[in-house]
Amino acid sequence: MEKRVVFHGKLLPFLLLAPQLLVTLIFFYLPAGQAVWQSFLVQDAFGLSTEFVWFENYQILFSKADYYRTMLTTAIFSSLVAFFSLSIALLFAVQADKHIKFATGYKTLLIWPYAVAPAIAGVLWLFMFQPSLGLVSQSIRAAGFEWNPLLNQNHAMALVVMAATWKQISYNFLFFLAGLQAIPKSVIEAAAIDGATPMRRFWTIIFPLLSPTTFFLLVVNIVYVFFDTFGIIDAATQGGPAKGTETLVYKVFSDGKSGGDLGGSAAQSVVLMVIVIALTAIQFRYVERKVQY
Amino acid sequence: MSDVRLEGVRKVYAGGVEAVKGVSLDIADGQFCVLVGPSGCGKSTLLRMVAGLETISGGTCAIDGRVVNEIEPAERDIAMVFQNYALYPHMSVYDNMAYGLRNRGTPKDEIDARVKEAARILEVEPFLQRKPKALSGGQRQRVAMGRAIVRKPKVFLFDEPLSNLDAKLRIQMRVEIKKLQRALKTTSIYVTHDQLEAMTLADQLVVMNKGQVEQAGAPLELYEKPQTVFVAGFIGAPPMNLVTVPESGLPGLTLPERPPGPVVLGVRPEHLHEDGASPFGLAIEIVVTAVEAVGAETYLYGALNGDGPELIVRVAGRATHVPGQRLTATAAPDQLHFFNPQTGKRIG
Ligand SMILES: Nc1ncnc2c1ncn2[C@@H]1O[C@H](COP(=O)(O)OP(=O)(O)OP(=O)(O)O)[C@@H](O)[C@H]1O
Ligand SMILES: [Mg+2]
Repeated sequence: MEKRVVFHGKLLPFLLLAPQLLVTLIFFYLPAGQAVWQSFLVQDAFGLSTEFVWFENYQILFSKADYYRTMLTTAIFSSLVAFFSLSIALLFAVQADKHIKFATGYKTLLIWPYAVAPAIAGVLWLFMFQPSLGLVSQSIRAAGFEWNPLLNQNHAMALVVMAATWKQISYNFLFFLAGLQAIPKSVIEAAAIDGATPMRRFWTIIFPLLSPTTFFLLVVNIVYVFFDTFGIIDAATQGGPAKGTETLVYKVFSDGKSGGDLGGSAAQSVVLMVIVIALTAIQFRYVERKVQY
Repeated sequence: MSDVRLEGVRKVYAGGVEAVKGVSLDIADGQFCVLVGPSGCGKSTLLRMVAGLETISGGTCAIDGRVVNEIEPAERDIAMVFQNYALYPHMSVYDNMAYGLRNRGTPKDEIDARVKEAARILEVEPFLQRKPKALSGGQRQRVAMGRAIVRKPKVFLFDEPLSNLDAKLRIQMRVEIKKLQRALKTTSIYVTHDQLEAMTLADQLVVMNKGQVEQAGAPLELYEKPQTVFVAGFIGAPPMNLVTVPESGLPGLTLPERPPGPVVLGVRPEHLHEDGASPFGLAIEIVVTAVEAVGAETYLYGALNGDGPELIVRVAGRATHVPGQRLTATAAPDQLHFFNPQTGKRIG
């Protein structure tokens, strides 16, 4: 006897799937296909003729030093953001988990940054850290530190890292809090009786038990930094000064739009796509295996 | 030497709930003390206060002569076995058992020796490298016990450790826990709401109700001389028959010798006999309403005089009784218990 509910006919399942499939098709596969196609083309300066050139765009891309520089910038940017947003969110979650009574208010406040659009977050931080007028810059300068994210690359990097981190903490916080609350209280109590100090308890019990959450968030955060920080960078630094904060996704945009190199920037987006697909694949493999205990 | 002494221990939770209302207990060194009582009576709370997992709102708790009210769980030198075992899911069985010793900086070879010893005693040697999720409920239970015994603590605390096991395994583990405790001679406090478990394990049985100790003593002492109506009804299965008898008596109930005034009369089903020839202390006439045969014995449920309170009579072996049948049951005078209906306290 078949226990499941069985729908006869093929129409209903297709109809139910159609909206999702349509959205995926129109907003993902179509542009992705277009990008792949364009990455094989070269357009002349006036956009009058296009030529099919196979992998020439990729060859050019990987032969340029500035592409590797952008990769390095992206790597630095994403590791910093992932590290800070994960560790700060974990710290907050641990605190919220302890005093769960006030957690509702605490949580609500912590969620807000997530609701702010990236570009607005970028502008917000830009204003606060604007060299001459920014509130924070003024106090930094008052403390005797020469702060200028418009001229100094490290300062600019710090600025976008802060803005991107600030926005991502909420998301990570929610997942960490849920993860912490899923750890049975008696396990922590057993560890306390077993003579583990709170610090040791955290590193030997809580942190390992959170590792599936942490790993999931790590991948999500890297993907976030790769793509969703575009708005922040565009609003705060526009990739500058001197391309000091130009990430891969920002370079796609600036090469394509300002540089007019459509083929080259299409090749870049294909590279990005491959990176994200690889990351996701790794995540699926790991989540199913290793990090599980 | 490691006795546990509780004096007027109270617990008031943050919401104002008074879960434990002044409990005083003396648990001698090496004694197996069982806390039993209905759900919500404060057993776990009391145990957790001894463990240091809950703060003590009033009174003192002393382990080995030292007041531990303000001392961290780790420093109390106790080990606890939880109902859900609380094993560390990401660690192997070996590491689960070694964790407490490592935290205390025990030398590596000693840890190894102790873990292997505990694993041998509890027969979990084949699983030492496995993770808890790859073990059956009974095996997890053993590992949890192993984690407790490797540390050689002063006191073992158990919070319903067998309630997640099936009936057969529960009996087997019960016997093993008793044997183990006898061998190690470690003072133990064991919480359960299974009264059979309580009776068989305890040196000292503590019946709790509504945050208070109703009676503490040897299991058979509680069975033979319950000090309150609550204990009388709680200890023993099926429970003791309790009938409120007014001064004027009840129809169908003959009671030659009784304290003056209204009383609650208690008589156990197993002390009622049907062969009422000799001059017994109590004679009751009941009309059988239901017959429950469990094999070795049969329980007859009946109403006193056909319309009075319900009573249970135990008959050894098979019974031929049928519902609607009238019967007279008697009990010896020394098998009768009398309680004050107002205070619930034993009379005499
Ligand atoms: N953290 C808490 N905050 C407030 N009240 C609590 C808390 N924990 C327990 N209580 C209350 O204290 C009382 C005693 O609870 P406890 O867990 O000690 O009962 P128990 O005897 O162990 O019951 P069970 O047999 O069901 O485990 C209950 O009324 C319970 O609702
Ligand atoms: Mg309990």
